[in-house]
Amino acid sequence: MKPFCCSRLLVLATLSLLPAAAHAQSPAPVINNGDNAWMLTSAALVLLMTGPGLALFYSGLVRRKNVLGTMMQSFAMMAVVTLLWAFVVWSLAFSSGNAFLGGLHQVFLHHVGLAPDPFYSPTIPAQTFMVYQLMFAIITPALIAGAFAERMKFSAMLLFNTLWVFLVYAPMAHMVWGKGGLLNFSAIGMGRLGGFFPSLDFAGGTVVHITSGVSALVCALYIGKRVGYPQRDMRPHSVVLSFIGACLLWVGWFGFNAGSALSAGTLATSAFVNTHFAAAAAAVGWSAVEWFKRGKASALGAISGSVAGLVAITPASGFVTPMSSIWIGLIAGAFCFFMVTTVKNLFTYDDSLDAFGVHGAGGTIGAILTGVFACSAINPTYRNGLPTGLFEGYPKQLLYQFAGVAIAWTIAILGTLLILFVVDKTVGLRLSAEDEETGLDLSQHGEEGYEFDMDVR
Amino acid sequence: MQKIEAIIQPSKLDAVKDALIELGVQGMTILEARGHGRQKGHTETYRGREYSVDLLPKIKLEMVVTDELLDSVIAAICSTARSGKIGDGKIFVSRIDNAIRIRNDERGDLAI
Repeated sequence: MKPFCCSRLLVLATLSLLPAAAHAQSPAPVINNGDNAWMLTSAALVLLMTGPGLALFYSGLVRRKNVLGTMMQSFAMMAVVTLLWAFVVWSLAFSSGNAFLGGLHQVFLHHVGLAPDPFYSPTIPAQTFMVYQLMFAIITPALIAGAFAERMKFSAMLLFNTLWVFLVYAPMAHMVWGKGGLLNFSAIGMGRLGGFFPSLDFAGGTVVHITSGVSALVCALYIGKRVGYPQRDMRPHSVVLSFIGACLLWVGWFGFNAGSALSAGTLATSAFVNTHFAAAAAAVGWSAVEWFKRGKASALGAISGSVAGLVAITPASGFVTPMSSIWIGLIAGAFCFFMVTTVKNLFTYDDSLDAFGVHGAGGTIGAILTGVFACSAINPTYRNGLPTGLFEGYPKQLLYQFAGVAIAWTIAILGTLLILFVVDKTVGLRLSAEDEETGLDLSQHGEEGYEFDMDVR
Repeated sequence: MQKIEAIIQPSKLDAVKDALIELGVQGMTILEARGHGRQKGHTETYRGREYSVDLLPKIKLEMVVTDELLDSVIAAICSTARSGKIGDGKIFVSRIDNAIRIRNDERGDLAI
């Protein structure tokens, strides 16, 4: 109890000094209703990405017997991560601590009130920022489910994702966005908030997509293939569901990226336009390669491409010009097609719904391309208007981007391996072969997604 | 009495049904089925994974008709369901010993 009190006193002392310090560089925190309206809308849009967006996207790709179980893997995060966030995880991610992890002085949302926190978002209530960030923490572990689809126990999934939010998400979010984080690029109060490796990640390319995508690959390798993979017929049971889900993801992503401006100003417009352009370009990129290589452009290919583009533009969305975002989308679409079709088959891992092939690969290429295309005219706050990207003549940024990528990969691999080991030795990871045959819906939840019996009701 | 089981392309169902009703066929049972004869299936590709699908959707019609109607029914099905391509389907004919109408216990030709 004593260290806790001490650290709280320390924070109170620090906080009392902050307004004066902040005043020197940014306007005094006054809530702007327009900003707050946009940020609340954005928070809702990001939640829309998980349920129904991701839930539909993933559940359409599985077999019919697993449709509800797969939806629950997304929906459970909306409930469970919310509580974890309110109790502890918010504090670990966003309260001040060291360069790697936040402290415990904001557990149970202590001191997270309606007054703005000038360091994060001077014009909106701290609670708006808190709930907006929560939506990111919900979708990130939900993304991993694509790798262990159709074969992980519900209990194991809950335990895995709970531990994962603590061990991987909270430190990564703190490093990239938190006060004093190692990778924080923020120029507000440079030297105090900015990190050692200022890695540009506007909306979570490293925090969300690399961590979830790489963890997904580790899961797929650790858990092993589904029974009968790849010989058996495992066609998606409804590309229609996936199609609706992907379109909802596209729409929700405007909240994800344009919301990351944390205000309703010009930067939000940049991020909005870039997000849309990259998604469109990546759908074209994926489809073009598919058409050329396989003779047909598929619906699943087009939607997968758009998601890959949305992933890749995420870190870049607030730093690049619209034309750059089209390049990023085209490259990401073609690159992820190659990862999902050729590389996966080459190494024969069963990343069932391509969480790694789209989020891990797309997130990595997006993080690197951010360092290539970043433009000081779009976002002059970082480096005060000096060149920010490789093409502008600042190659050092590419190095910082690689540092961010390397750290995200490392923490995802180590954290996930440790968690998988612990879960495997306690509740056990995999369904029994019999339960896997029966399907998640009946074996884990005692219900069925579709009722096709010929009874009269 | 003869039982006719006809397996046809789903797209031909309406034409076949209309022709049979015009001939005076009183009733029929229709089943959605999957299967294949000499017709080969097709391949589907999902994110680069190819699946060969050899059981294709078909419609199976079942009806029992009087001996006199048999030939004209077969001719009507053939002419309406035929496209000339492989996969048009088949007709099987078998003899039926009796038919009973459950409502009033009528037997034989009266019951069909």
